[in-house]
Amino acid sequence: MESIPQYIQAIPLNHYILLCALIFSIGVTGVLLRRNAIVIFMSVELMLNSVNLLLTAFSVYRGDATGQVFVFFIMALAAAEVAIGLAIIVMIYRNTNSIDINVLNRLKW
Amino acid sequence: MSTFYFIAFLSVFFSILVITAKNPVHSILYLILTFFTFTIHYILMNAQFLAIVNFIVYMGAILVLFLYTLMLINLNKDSEPLKSNLVKVAAYIGGACFFITIVSALKAFNTSQLVILTNPNLGLVKNLGKILFNEYLLPFEVSSILLLSAMVGAVLLATKETKTA
Repeated sequence: MESIPQYIQAIPLNHYILLCALIFSIGVTGVLLRRNAIVIFMSVELMLNSVNLLLTAFSVYRGDATGQVFVFFIMALAAAEVAIGLAIIVMIYRNTNSIDINVLNRLKW
Repeated sequence: MSTFYFIAFLSVFFSILVITAKNPVHSILYLILTFFTFTIHYILMNAQFLAIVNFIVYMGAILVLFLYTLMLINLNKDSEPLKSNLVKVAAYIGGACFFITIVSALKAFNTSQLVILTNPNLGLVKNLGKILFNEYLLPFEVSSILLLSAMVGAVLLATKETKTA
C-alpha cells in the first residue's frame, strides 16, 4: 500500500469538481426523468455519492482528514435513509399495487 | 494520471446507463458498477478507509437492499409507464442547465491547483480512527442513535397492519 501515493499525481482540482458536478447533474436528471420510485431513489444515491467523492477530493487537497470523517457520517445517514425509504416504497406498493410516483398525487392541492 | 480519466469516464458512462436503462434490475446493476468506480477513485486518492467502507456499505448492504426490495415487489419487468416526450426533454434541459450553472461558476475561479497528497497517512484507518474517536465522538454516538431509530422505523413501516388495530 505504500506504493499507491505515487499514482496520485497532478490531477487538477477542477477536474474532480467537473466530474462530481457531472454525476450530480446526471442524478438530478434521473430524478426528473423517471417515474419508478426505486430508480428515483437510486438517482438520489448517485447524488449523495458524487458529493462524497468531492468531499474526499477536497480533504486530500487541503490535507485535512475532517472531510473524510464527514463522508463517513454521510454514509451512515445514507444507510438510514435507504432503510426508511425502501420501507415507505414497500408500504406504497402494498396500498396502491404500483410504485409509479404519479399515483401519489393525493396531496396535490 | 490517465487512470483517473479512464475511471472518471467509466463513472459517467455507467451513471448515464443507470438513469436510462429500461429495466430497474439493470439499473441497479449499473449502479453497483458506478459505485465500484467510486471505490477506485477513493483508492487513487489513498483514502483506504473510505474505499473499504464504500465497498462494504454501499455495494454490499445498500444495493443488496435495493435488489431485495425490487425482487420482493416483483417489478423486474419493463412495466414502467414512460413520461411524455415533453417532460423528458424538460428533464434533460433541466439537468443540463444545472451542470452549465456549476461549470460557469467554476470558470469564475480561473485557477486550478493540483490535488497532491501531502500526508500519505491521511486516509488510513489509524489516522481517521484517532480523529473520529477524539474530536467527533459525540456525532459518532448520535449517528448510532440515528441508525437505531431508522431500523425501528423501517420495521414499523414495513410490517403489515393488523385488523384489530
